Amino acid sequence: MVRRRPSALAPASLTRGRSWTLESFQPEEALLRSFAPVSVDRLPSRGTPPRRRLLDGVLARPGLAAVLGLLVVVLLFGLRVPDLFSPAGLAAVLDSAALLGIGGVAVGLLLVGGHFDLSIGTVTLSSAVLTAVLAGPGEWGIWPALLTSLAAALAVGLVNGWLVVRTGLPSFLVTLATALVLQGTTLSALPLVAGAPRISGLDAAPGWSSASAVFGATAEVGGGVFPVSVLWWLAATAGAGWLLWRTRFGNEVLAMGGSRRAARELGVPVRRTTLVLYVLTATAGWLIGTLALVPAASVGATPTLVTAIDYVVVAVIGGCLLTGGFGSMAGAAAGALLYAVAREGVELAGWDQRWSQAALGVLLLVALLVGGAVRGRLRAAPRS
Amino acid sequence: MLELRGLTVRHGSVPALDRVGVTLEGGRITCVLGENGSGKSTLVSVLSGLRRHDEGELLLDGVPVRFPSPRAARAAGIATVWQDLAVAPLLSVWRNLCLGAEPTRGAWPLRRLDVDAARETTVRALERIGVTGVDPDQPVNSLRPGLRQSLAIARAVHYGARALVLDEPTEPMTIAQHTLVGQAVLGARAQGLAVVLVTHNPRYAHLVGDRFLLLARGQVAGDLTRADVDSDDLTRLMAGGEELTALTTRLQELHPELGDR
Repeated sequence: MVRRRPSALAPASLTRGRSWTLESFQPEEALLRSFAPVSVDRLPSRGTPPRRRLLDGVLARPGLAAVLGLLVVVLLFGLRVPDLFSPAGLAAVLDSAALLGIGGVAVGLLLVGGHFDLSIGTVTLSSAVLTAVLAGPGEWGIWPALLTSLAAALAVGLVNGWLVVRTGLPSFLVTLATALVLQGTTLSALPLVAGAPRISGLDAAPGWSSASAVFGATAEVGGGVFPVSVLWWLAATAGAGWLLWRTRFGNEVLAMGGSRRAARELGVPVRRTTLVLYVLTATAGWLIGTLALVPAASVGATPTLVTAIDYVVVAVIGGCLLTGGFGSMAGAAAGALLYAVAREGVELAGWDQRWSQAALGVLLLVALLVGGAVRGRLRAAPRS
Repeated sequence: MLELRGLTVRHGSVPALDRVGVTLEGGRITCVLGENGSGKSTLVSVLSGLRRHDEGELLLDGVPVRFPSPRAARAAGIATVWQDLAVAPLLSVWRNLCLGAEPTRGAWPLRRLDVDAARETTVRALERIGVTGVDPDQPVNSLRPGLRQSLAIARAVHYGARALVLDEPTEPMTIAQHTLVGQAVLGARAQGLAVVLVTHNPRYAHLVGDRFLLLARGQVAGDLTRADVDSDDLTRLMAGGEELTALTTRLQELHPELGDR
């Protein structure tokens, strides 16, 4: 008030006409000078203020469900079939977990970004078959064959991403379509090209020994034969975790999955990020196909659409939200391990394999419910 | 200084903005008023780089610009507080504040987020608008609505070097929230920024605004200064003016029981 009086009384300021009103009407001048602190306590709040509780901290670690589930199955099968944890049993578990884990990590990254990929299972099959056809009947070297199938897988990833970005259709449907096309083509073309539904004897292809060292090496530890795919799995998990939580790309993925509108408004290149994510899952599909193809030196035409569901199960059990915006790569790895222990355990115990599927369904349901709780109650972000 | 010259934006064949011309000077608060669908939001998205204009020019300090993305607009110093606040609920405060302009370190294949710098930026940006005591690692959905708005405003104030665009939420705001917006726009004006405030409250607009841009069906229906109008005029203009009169007449014809209201 005092501040306004001089100008109001000064005749000179009156003569300035319009600008007089503009400049002297500043009732908020005290605020204006230095963004005086607003009392935040008086801002409206819904419900009680957040209290940090133990449960909140637990729920904020979405991968925890997978770790707890893993403990349960390890205890269960450890008592029932101790053989599972002999070096040989462990090697079988890790062999199975590695491929599941690579797929789970890739699909998990995609889920965090708010998308879905059903085609990764068929990319696995198709790229392995393509490699085998080129290196076997085609008599190419194994490396050119691998690079060609990698390029084909990348192309499938780009097509998936482009279709999702371009049409805005649910990625579940788009990738289901590409998966069916790929699987149908692969399964029917393989016998036509190779003359049999199975190609084997790939180890005669030029360059096999080096390819075998990279994708098919094994290490024997205490009687168990551990495949090199375990290292690929660890690298994929660590790489994806770093990418998600420590790079700008990861921040964009998290934001895109959390709120696509907000991401767009803040200039996140949503289309490019989506394309990159699909390319990454396709690459993972190729890697899984190669890691399965090389140790066996053969590939058969079996439908693999269902394995894509396995990867989603692994990622969701590992704490990746189906709705996007949050997830854990280490959790996905734990989920893969859980899945593998259950699968191998059921087999060693001599139970009907189909029971493991039912148990997995229950586990998935639990993981989904926990995911819902996480979304609602995320109060502390341990991995910010 | 931002200038719009004959700016036209079309949704299909319908112009959402039709030959809009206005100069947004630094150190002035321009309030944009109009009904729903009058082009306010389109104006915001053009200024902030979310949409490209079809015709006309957008001049930044006299140079025609066309922002390829909101990131480019922000790099040019035009920051926006979006109507929905543009926050990702599950992400931490610092990830939200730096989103789209994350500080990084290291060379390309190993380029990574500079988390400490981002946290520090966040604390400073929030302190600048007077909010203290927020843990930058807290996820945004644990913040109260008022604080979420503070976060959106702090982000815009931090990155907006030349212009600040505020699109008020459609739901009614509390006094505390209005105070926060008011402080932000007045502080930005004091620093010489061009401020664009899209608001639904004519009295509030009159309280803080220097200029009033009235939009109707994508066209400028009025470009007024504080000297031209008082807050009652603005309220009348906002309420629909002629259209409301026409509506009143028509309803009274159809329903004489309404009487002369």
